[in-house]
Amino acid sequence: MSFLKRSPWVFHYNASSCNGCDFELFAALMPRYDPERFGVINTGNPKHADILLITGSMNVRNVEVVRNLYNQMPSPKVVVAVGICATSACVFADAYNVLGGVDKVLPVDVYVLGCAVRPEAILDGILKAAEVLEEKHLALRAGKADKGEVPA
Amino acid sequence: MNPYDESVTGIVFRVIAYVLLAPLAGGLLAGLDRKVSAWMQGRVGPPVVQPFYDVAKLFSKEKIAVNRFQNFFVFLFFLFMIFTGSLFFAGASILIVVFVLVLASLFFVLAGFSVNSPYSHIGAERELIQMMAYDPAIIILAIGFYVVTGSFNVGSIYQASREGHLILYLPGVFAAYLYVLTIKFRKSPFDLSVSHHAHQEIVRGLTTEFSGPHLALIEMAHWYENILLLGLIYLFFAFNPLIGVGVSLLAYFAEVFVDNAFARVKWQVMFASTWVFTIMAGVSNLIIIHYVLRR
Repeated sequence: MSFLKRSPWVFHYNASSCNGCDFELFAALMPRYDPERFGVINTGNPKHADILLITGSMNVRNVEVVRNLYNQMPSPKVVVAVGICATSACVFADAYNVLGGVDKVLPVDVYVLGCAVRPEAILDGILKAAEVLEEKHLALRAGKADKGEVPA
Repeated sequence: MNPYDESVTGIVFRVIAYVLLAPLAGGLLAGLDRKVSAWMQGRVGPPVVQPFYDVAKLFSKEKIAVNRFQNFFVFLFFLFMIFTGSLFFAGASILIVVFVLVLASLFFVLAGFSVNSPYSHIGAERELIQMMAYDPAIIILAIGFYVVTGSFNVGSIYQASREGHLILYLPGVFAAYLYVLTIKFRKSPFDLSVSHHAHQEIVRGLTTEFSGPHLALIEMAHWYENILLLGLIYLFFAFNPLIGVGVSLLAYFAEVFVDNAFARVKWQVMFASTWVFTIMAGVSNLIIIHYVLRR
Protein backbone atom coordinates (compact mmCIF):
# COMPACT_ATOMS: atom_id res chain seq x y z
CA MET A 1 0.00 0.00 0.00
CA SER A 2 1.31 3.41 -0.92
CA PHE A 3 0.78 5.50 2.17
CA LEU A 4 3.41 8.12 1.42
CA LYS A 5 1.60 9.00 -1.77
CA ARG A 6 -1.67 9.39 0.11
CA SER A 7 -0.38 11.61 2.89
CA PRO A 8 2.24 14.05 1.58
CA TRP A 9 2.83 16.71 4.19
CA VAL A 10 4.49 19.84 2.86
CA PHE A 11 6.72 22.48 4.39
CA HIS A 12 7.22 25.78 2.67
CA TYR A 13 10.33 27.93 2.88
CA ASN A 14 10.82 31.30 1.24
CA ALA A 15 14.51 31.49 0.40
CA SER A 16 14.78 34.90 -1.23
CA SER A 17 11.56 35.11 -3.13
CA CYS A 18 9.74 38.31 -3.98
CA ASN A 19 6.70 36.64 -2.32
CA GLY A 20 4.92 36.24 -5.65
CA CYS A 21 5.35 32.47 -5.70
CA ASP A 22 4.54 32.39 -1.96
CA PHE A 23 1.19 34.10 -2.53
CA GLU A 24 0.37 31.59 -5.23
CA LEU A 25 1.61 28.74 -3.04
CA PHE A 26 -0.62 29.71 -0.14
CA ALA A 27 -3.49 30.18 -2.56
CA ALA A 28 -2.84 26.64 -3.78
CA LEU A 29 -3.09 25.40 -0.18
CA MET A 30 -6.41 27.14 0.49
CA PRO A 31 -9.93 25.66 0.27
CA ARG A 32 -10.50 26.79 -3.33
CA TYR A 33 -7.96 24.30 -4.67
CA ASP A 34 -8.39 22.00 -1.66
CA PRO A 35 -5.13 20.07 -1.56
CA GLU A 36 -6.33 18.31 1.59
CA ARG A 37 -8.45 15.99 -0.54
CA PHE A 38 -5.10 14.45 -1.55
CA GLY A 39 -3.99 14.32 2.07
CA VAL A 40 -1.70 17.34 1.68
CA ILE A 41 -1.26 19.26 4.91
CA ASN A 42 0.86 22.36 5.31
CA THR A 43 2.90 21.69 8.43
CA GLY A 44 5.07 24.51 9.71
CA ASN A 45 7.59 22.06 11.04
CA PRO A 46 10.30 20.38 8.91
CA LYS A 47 10.34 17.44 11.31
CA HIS A 48 6.76 16.64 10.33
CA ALA A 49 7.15 17.25 6.60
CA ASP A 50 7.79 15.00 3.60
CA ILE A 51 7.99 17.59 0.85
CA LEU A 52 10.05 20.79 1.02
CA LEU A 53 8.70 23.56 -1.18
CA ILE A 54 11.31 26.25 -1.76
CA THR A 55 10.66 29.55 -3.49
CA GLY A 56 13.33 32.05 -4.38
CA SER A 57 17.00 31.59 -5.19
CA MET A 58 19.92 30.60 -3.00
CA ASN A 59 22.24 33.26 -1.69
CA VAL A 60 25.17 33.12 0.68
CA ARG A 61 22.98 33.72 3.74
CA ASN A 62 20.14 31.28 3.22
CA VAL A 63 22.35 28.36 2.19
CA GLU A 64 22.90 27.35 5.81
CA VAL A 65 19.23 27.72 6.68
CA VAL A 66 18.09 25.60 3.76
CA ARG A 67 20.61 22.88 4.58
CA ASN A 68 19.49 22.95 8.21
CA LEU A 69 15.84 22.57 7.26
CA TYR A 70 16.57 19.77 4.81
CA ASN A 71 18.66 17.85 7.34
CA GLN A 72 15.90 18.10 9.94
CA MET A 73 13.40 16.38 7.69
CA PRO A 74 13.12 12.63 8.24
CA SER A 75 13.62 10.57 5.11
CA PRO A 76 12.15 9.79 2.67
CA LYS A 77 11.93 13.41 1.63
CA VAL A 78 11.52 15.34 -1.59
CA VAL A 79 12.51 18.86 -2.60
CA VAL A 80 10.36 20.90 -4.97
CA ALA A 81 11.77 24.08 -6.50
CA VAL A 82 8.81 26.37 -6.93
CA GLY A 83 9.24 29.10 -9.51
CA ILE A 84 11.96 30.01 -11.94
CA CYS A 85 14.03 31.74 -9.24
CA ALA A 86 14.28 28.51 -7.29
CA THR A 87 15.05 26.58 -10.48
CA SER A 88 17.86 28.74 -11.84
CA ALA A 89 17.80 32.18 -10.18
CA CYS A 90 16.48 33.58 -13.49
CA VAL A 91 17.22 37.30 -13.75
CA PHE A 92 19.10 37.37 -10.45
CA ALA A 93 21.73 34.83 -11.44
CA ASP A 94 24.43 37.47 -11.95
CA ALA A 95 23.93 39.19 -8.60
CA TYR A 96 26.98 39.15 -6.32
CA ASN A 97 25.25 37.29 -3.49
CA VAL A 98 23.18 34.83 -5.50
CA LEU A 99 24.53 31.29 -5.81
CA GLY A 100 21.86 30.05 -8.21
CA GLY A 101 18.84 27.81 -7.99
CA VAL A 102 18.06 25.38 -5.21
CA ASP A 103 19.87 22.57 -6.97
CA LYS A 104 23.16 24.29 -6.15
CA VAL A 105 22.52 23.34 -2.50
CA LEU A 106 20.00 20.50 -2.32
CA PRO A 107 19.06 17.55 -4.52
CA VAL A 108 15.91 18.83 -6.24
CA ASP A 109 13.36 16.30 -7.43
CA VAL A 110 10.63 18.42 -9.00
CA TYR A 111 10.93 21.77 -10.75
CA VAL A 112 7.77 23.84 -11.05
CA LEU A 113 8.31 26.68 -13.49
CA GLY A 114 6.59 30.03 -13.63
CA CYS A 115 6.87 33.59 -12.47
CA ALA A 116 4.76 33.56 -10.48
CA VAL A 117 3.83 29.91 -10.57
CA ARG A 118 0.15 29.19 -11.10
CA PRO A 119 -1.55 27.45 -8.16
CA GLU A 120 -2.65 24.62 -10.44
CA ALA A 121 0.99 24.05 -11.42
CA ILE A 122 2.03 24.05 -7.77
CA LEU A 123 -0.58 21.41 -6.96
CA ASP A 124 0.62 19.39 -9.93
CA GLY A 125 4.18 19.71 -8.63
CA ILE A 126 3.16 18.54 -5.15
CA LEU A 127 1.40 15.50 -6.56
CA LYS A 128 4.40 14.63 -8.75
CA ALA A 129 6.57 15.03 -5.66
CA ALA A 130 4.31 12.56 -3.86
CA GLU A 131 5.01 10.03 -6.62
CA VAL A 132 8.76 10.62 -6.26
CA LEU A 133 8.35 10.23 -2.50
CA GLU A 134 6.82 6.82 -3.03
CA GLU A 135 9.73 5.77 -5.27
CA LYS A 136 12.25 6.94 -2.67
CA HIS A 137 10.43 5.04 0.03
CA LEU A 138 10.61 1.84 -1.98
CA ALA A 139 14.29 2.46 -2.71
CA LEU A 140 14.99 3.03 1.00
CA ARG A 141 13.18 -0.15 1.91
CA ALA A 142 15.20 -2.08 -0.64
CA GLY A 143 18.33 -0.63 0.91
CA LYS A 144 19.44 1.08 -2.28
CA ALA A 145 19.33 4.69 -1.11
CA ASP A 146 20.90 6.61 1.73
CA LYS A 147 19.18 8.81 4.28
CA GLY A 148 19.76 12.05 2.44
CA GLU A 149 21.80 14.47 4.52
CA VAL A 150 23.50 17.48 3.08
CA PRO A 151 26.82 18.19 4.80
CA ALA A 152 27.56 21.72 5.93
CA MET B 1 -30.91 -8.04 29.50
CA ASN B 2 -27.83 -6.94 31.34
CA PRO B 3 -24.88 -6.64 28.97
CA TYR B 4 -22.50 -5.72 31.78
CA ASP B 5 -20.68 -8.90 32.70
CA GLU B 6 -18.69 -8.54 35.90
CA SER B 7 -16.86 -11.81 35.62
CA VAL B 8 -13.24 -12.05 34.55
CA THR B 9 -14.19 -13.14 31.04
CA GLY B 10 -16.40 -10.09 30.67
CA ILE B 11 -13.62 -7.79 31.80
CA VAL B 12 -11.02 -9.41 29.52
CA PHE B 13 -13.42 -9.26 26.58
CA ARG B 14 -14.15 -5.56 27.11
CA VAL B 15 -10.47 -4.67 27.54
CA ILE B 16 -9.46 -6.54 24.39
CA ALA B 17 -12.35 -4.94 22.50
CA TYR B 18 -11.21 -1.50 23.66
CA VAL B 19 -7.53 -2.05 22.81
CA LEU B 20 -8.33 -3.35 19.32
CA LEU B 21 -11.41 -1.34 18.33
CA ALA B 22 -10.84 2.05 19.96
CA PRO B 23 -8.07 3.14 17.53
CA LEU B 24 -10.31 2.16 14.59
CA ALA B 25 -13.23 4.13 15.98
CA GLY B 26 -11.01 7.03 17.06
CA GLY B 27 -9.34 7.22 13.65
CA LEU B 28 -12.69 7.14 11.86
CA LEU B 29 -13.97 9.91 14.12
CA ALA B 30 -10.85 11.95 13.34
CA GLY B 31 -11.47 11.40 9.64
CA LEU B 32 -15.11 12.41 9.98
CA ASP B 33 -13.94 15.49 11.88
CA ARG B 34 -11.83 16.53 8.87
CA LYS B 35 -14.59 15.68 6.40
CA VAL B 36 -17.22 17.72 8.29
CA SER B 37 -14.78 20.62 8.72
CA ALA B 38 -14.10 20.51 4.98
CA TRP B 39 -17.82 20.53 4.23
CA MET B 40 -18.24 23.55 6.51
CA GLN B 41 -15.48 25.32 4.59
CA GLY B 42 -17.06 24.61 1.21
CA ARG B 43 -14.59 21.99 0.04
CA VAL B 44 -14.38 18.23 -0.42
CA GLY B 45 -11.77 17.26 2.15
CA PRO B 46 -9.72 14.09 2.52
CA PRO B 47 -11.21 10.57 2.52
CA VAL B 48 -12.62 9.53 5.89
CA VAL B 49 -9.83 6.98 6.37
CA GLN B 50 -7.13 9.63 5.87
CA PRO B 51 -5.95 9.54 9.54
CA PHE B 52 -5.03 5.87 9.02
CA TYR B 53 -3.03 6.80 5.93
CA ASP B 54 -1.29 9.54 7.95
CA VAL B 55 -0.38 7.20 10.79
CA ALA B 56 0.79 4.48 8.40
CA LYS B 57 2.94 7.01 6.57
CA LEU B 58 4.44 8.27 9.83
CA PHE B 59 5.41 4.73 10.80
CA SER B 60 7.38 4.37 7.59
CA LYS B 61 9.45 7.52 8.16
CA GLU B 62 12.97 7.67 9.53
CA LYS B 63 13.35 7.67 13.31
CA ILE B 64 14.88 10.96 14.39
CA ALA B 65 15.42 11.51 18.10
CA VAL B 66 16.76 14.68 19.63
CA ASN B 67 17.71 12.96 22.86
CA ARG B 68 17.38 9.59 24.60
CA PHE B 69 14.41 10.48 26.76
CA GLN B 70 11.80 12.04 24.53
CA ASN B 71 10.69 8.83 22.87
CA PHE B 72 10.55 6.98 26.17
CA PHE B 73 8.08 9.56 27.48
CA VAL B 74 5.95 9.37 24.33
CA PHE B 75 5.84 5.61 24.61
CA LEU B 76 4.76 5.83 28.26
CA PHE B 77 2.10 8.38 27.33
CA PHE B 78 0.77 5.92 24.74
CA LEU B 79 0.86 2.97 27.13
CA PHE B 80 -0.81 4.73 30.02
CA MET B 81 -3.52 6.14 27.77
CA ILE B 82 -4.40 2.60 26.68
CA PHE B 83 -4.20 1.55 30.33
CA THR B 84 -6.63 4.20 31.56
CA GLY B 85 -9.11 3.44 28.80
CA SER B 86 -8.90 -0.25 29.58
CA LEU B 87 -9.48 0.48 33.27
CA PHE B 88 -12.58 2.50 32.41
CA PHE B 89 -14.12 -0.12 30.14
CA ALA B 90 -13.18 -2.90 32.54
CA GLY B 91 -15.28 -1.12 35.17
CA ALA B 92 -12.64 -0.05 37.67
CA SER B 93 -12.85 2.87 40.09
CA ILE B 94 -13.39 6.13 38.26
CA LEU B 95 -10.87 7.82 40.54
CA ILE B 96 -8.12 5.48 39.33
CA VAL B 97 -9.22 6.14 35.76
CA VAL B 98 -8.89 9.91 36.30
CA PHE B 99 -5.54 9.61 38.04
CA VAL B 100 -4.01 7.41 35.36
CA LEU B 101 -5.37 9.80 32.73
CA VAL B 102 -3.59 12.65 34.52
CA LEU B 103 -0.43 10.53 34.70
CA ALA B 104 -0.56 9.85 30.96
CA SER B 105 -0.99 13.57 30.28
CA LEU B 106 1.97 14.31 32.54
CA PHE B 107 4.15 11.97 30.49
CA PHE B 108 3.10 13.91 27.42
CA VAL B 109 4.10 17.16 29.15
CA LEU B 110 7.43 15.65 30.22
CA ALA B 111 8.06 14.64 26.64
CA GLY B 112 7.55 18.25 25.65
CA PHE B 113 9.92 19.52 28.33
CA SER B 114 12.59 16.91 27.58
CA VAL B 115 13.56 18.58 24.31
CA ASN B 116 15.18 21.95 23.83
CA SER B 117 12.77 23.63 21.48
CA PRO B 118 11.18 26.74 23.02
CA TYR B 119 8.00 25.99 21.08
CA SER B 120 7.88 22.62 22.77
CA HIS B 121 8.39 24.20 26.19
CA ILE B 122 5.64 26.75 25.68
CA GLY B 123 3.39 23.95 24.46
CA ALA B 124 4.21 21.88 27.55
CA GLU B 125 3.52 24.81 29.87
CA ARG B 126 0.20 25.44 28.15
CA GLU B 127 -0.65 21.76 28.43
CA LEU B 128 -0.10 22.03 32.20
CA ILE B 129 -2.36 25.08 32.36
CA GLN B 130 -4.98 23.17 30.37
CA MET B 131 -4.76 20.33 32.86
CA MET B 132 -5.27 22.75 35.73
CA ALA B 133 -8.29 24.14 33.90
CA TYR B 134 -10.08 20.87 33.21
CA ASP B 135 -9.17 18.76 36.25
CA PRO B 136 -11.77 20.34 38.61
CA ALA B 137 -14.56 19.45 36.19
CA ILE B 138 -13.31 15.88 35.92
CA ILE B 139 -13.07 15.49 39.70
CA ILE B 140 -16.54 17.00 40.12
CA LEU B 141 -17.73 14.44 37.56
CA ALA B 142 -16.41 11.63 39.77
CA ILE B 143 -17.84 13.19 42.91
CA GLY B 144 -21.20 13.72 41.22
CA PHE B 145 -21.40 10.07 40.25
CA TYR B 146 -20.56 9.10 43.82
CA VAL B 147 -23.16 11.36 45.41
CA VAL B 148 -25.93 10.02 43.16
CA THR B 149 -25.01 6.34 42.88
CA GLY B 150 -23.09 5.79 46.11
CA SER B 151 -20.08 4.31 44.36
CA PHE B 152 -16.91 5.36 42.57
CA ASN B 153 -16.83 2.10 40.63
CA VAL B 154 -17.56 2.55 36.91
CA GLY B 155 -19.33 -0.81 36.79
CA SER B 156 -21.74 0.18 39.57
CA ILE B 157 -22.24 3.63 38.07
CA TYR B 158 -23.13 2.01 34.76
CA GLN B 159 -25.63 -0.33 36.44
CA ALA B 160 -27.20 2.58 38.33
CA SER B 161 -27.34 4.63 35.15
CA ARG B 162 -29.19 1.88 33.33
CA GLU B 163 -31.92 1.94 35.96
CA GLY B 164 -32.03 5.61 36.95
CA HIS B 165 -31.57 8.57 34.62
CA LEU B 166 -28.22 10.01 35.77
CA ILE B 167 -28.53 12.99 33.44
CA LEU B 168 -31.59 14.21 35.34
CA TYR B 169 -29.61 14.33 38.59
CA LEU B 170 -26.40 15.69 37.11
CA PRO B 171 -27.20 18.17 34.33
CA GLY B 172 -24.84 20.84 35.69
CA VAL B 173 -21.98 18.36 36.05
CA PHE B 174 -22.66 17.19 32.50
CA ALA B 175 -22.62 20.79 31.24
CA ALA B 176 -19.30 21.45 32.98
CA TYR B 177 -17.89 18.26 31.44
CA LEU B 178 -19.03 19.34 27.97
CA TYR B 179 -17.30 22.68 28.49
CA VAL B 180 -13.96 21.09 29.36
CA LEU B 181 -14.38 18.57 26.54
CA THR B 182 -13.35 21.37 24.19
CA ILE B 183 -10.01 21.46 26.00
CA LYS B 184 -9.63 17.68 26.07
CA PHE B 185 -10.41 17.26 22.36
CA ARG B 186 -7.92 20.07 21.61
CA LYS B 187 -10.40 22.17 19.71
CA SER B 188 -10.60 25.94 19.30
CA PRO B 189 -11.08 28.12 21.33
CA PHE B 190 -9.05 26.02 23.78
CA ASP B 191 -6.43 24.38 21.56
CA LEU B 192 -3.49 26.11 23.14
CA SER B 193 -0.81 23.47 23.43
CA VAL B 194 -1.06 21.22 20.37
CA SER B 195 -3.27 22.32 17.55
CA HIS B 196 -4.37 21.06 14.18
CA HIS B 197 -2.33 21.73 11.13
CA ALA B 198 -4.28 24.75 10.05
CA HIS B 199 -4.30 26.31 13.51
CA GLN B 200 -0.60 26.69 14.20
CA GLU B 201 0.63 29.35 16.53
CA ILE B 202 3.78 28.02 18.22
CA VAL B 203 4.83 25.91 15.22
CA ARG B 204 3.45 22.53 16.33
CA GLY B 205 3.51 23.17 20.07
CA LEU B 206 4.23 20.14 22.19
CA THR B 207 4.80 17.88 19.21
CA THR B 208 7.38 20.14 17.50
CA GLU B 209 10.34 17.87 18.08
CA PHE B 210 8.58 14.58 17.39
CA SER B 211 8.57 12.95 14.01
CA GLY B 212 7.88 9.66 12.33
CA PRO B 213 6.75 6.72 14.45
CA HIS B 214 6.58 8.70 17.71
CA LEU B 215 4.29 11.30 16.21
CA ALA B 216 2.13 8.39 15.04
CA LEU B 217 2.00 7.07 18.62
CA ILE B 218 0.90 10.48 19.89
CA GLU B 219 -1.86 10.58 17.29
CA MET B 220 -3.06 7.09 18.21
CA ALA B 221 -2.96 7.93 21.93
CA HIS B 222 -5.31 10.84 21.18
CA TRP B 223 -7.69 8.42 19.42
CA TYR B 224 -7.73 6.16 22.49
CA GLU B 225 -8.33 9.20 24.70
CA ASN B 226 -11.24 10.42 22.57
CA ILE B 227 -13.03 7.08 22.90
CA LEU B 228 -12.57 7.21 26.68
CA LEU B 229 -13.98 10.75 26.81
CA LEU B 230 -16.99 9.78 24.71
CA GLY B 231 -17.50 6.77 26.98
CA LEU B 232 -17.80 9.14 29.92
CA ILE B 233 -20.64 10.92 28.09
CA TYR B 234 -22.31 7.58 27.48
CA LEU B 235 -22.36 6.91 31.24
CA PHE B 236 -24.89 9.70 31.69
CA PHE B 237 -27.28 8.18 29.15
CA ALA B 238 -26.78 4.45 29.66
CA PHE B 239 -30.54 3.89 30.22
CA ASN B 240 -30.94 3.85 26.44
CA PRO B 241 -27.91 2.74 24.37
CA LEU B 242 -29.16 4.50 21.26
CA ILE B 243 -29.52 7.81 23.08
CA GLY B 244 -26.15 7.24 24.75
CA VAL B 245 -24.27 6.69 21.49
CA GLY B 246 -26.31 9.43 19.80
CA VAL B 247 -25.49 12.06 22.40
CA SER B 248 -21.80 11.04 22.41
CA LEU B 249 -21.57 11.49 18.64
CA LEU B 250 -23.61 14.69 18.80
CA ALA B 251 -21.21 16.11 21.41
CA TYR B 252 -18.23 15.18 19.21
CA PHE B 253 -19.64 16.89 16.15
CA ALA B 254 -20.72 19.89 18.23
CA GLU B 255 -17.05 20.18 19.20
CA VAL B 256 -16.10 20.08 15.52
CA PHE B 257 -18.60 22.87 14.87
CA VAL B 258 -17.22 24.94 17.77
CA ASP B 259 -13.70 24.31 16.45
CA ASN B 260 -14.63 25.81 13.11
CA ALA B 261 -16.55 28.70 14.60
CA PHE B 262 -14.15 30.07 17.19
CA ALA B 263 -10.61 31.39 17.25
CA ARG B 264 -8.13 30.45 19.94
CA VAL B 265 -8.29 32.43 23.21
CA LYS B 266 -5.51 33.38 25.59
CA TRP B 267 -4.76 30.95 28.38
CA GLN B 268 -6.03 33.38 31.01
CA VAL B 269 -9.43 33.42 29.32
CA MET B 270 -9.51 29.64 29.01
CA PHE B 271 -8.48 29.08 32.60
CA ALA B 272 -10.81 31.67 34.16
CA SER B 273 -13.86 30.81 32.06
CA THR B 274 -13.43 27.08 32.66
CA TRP B 275 -13.17 27.44 36.43
CA VAL B 276 -16.08 29.92 36.58
CA PHE B 277 -18.32 27.64 34.51
CA THR B 278 -17.26 24.54 36.43
CA ILE B 279 -18.09 26.18 39.74
CA MET B 280 -21.34 27.67 38.51
CA ALA B 281 -22.64 24.54 36.83
CA GLY B 282 -20.85 21.69 38.57
CA VAL B 283 -20.57 22.77 42.18
CA SER B 284 -24.09 24.17 42.31
CA ASN B 285 -25.37 20.89 40.86
CA LEU B 286 -23.55 18.99 43.61
CA ILE B 287 -24.95 21.25 46.32
CA ILE B 288 -28.50 20.94 45.01
CA ILE B 289 -28.52 17.17 44.67
CA HIS B 290 -26.87 16.82 48.07
CA TYR B 291 -29.90 18.49 49.62
CA VAL B 292 -32.35 16.73 47.29
CA LEU B 293 -30.98 13.29 48.02
CA ARG B 294 -30.71 13.86 51.77
CA ARG B 295 -34.48 13.73 52.05
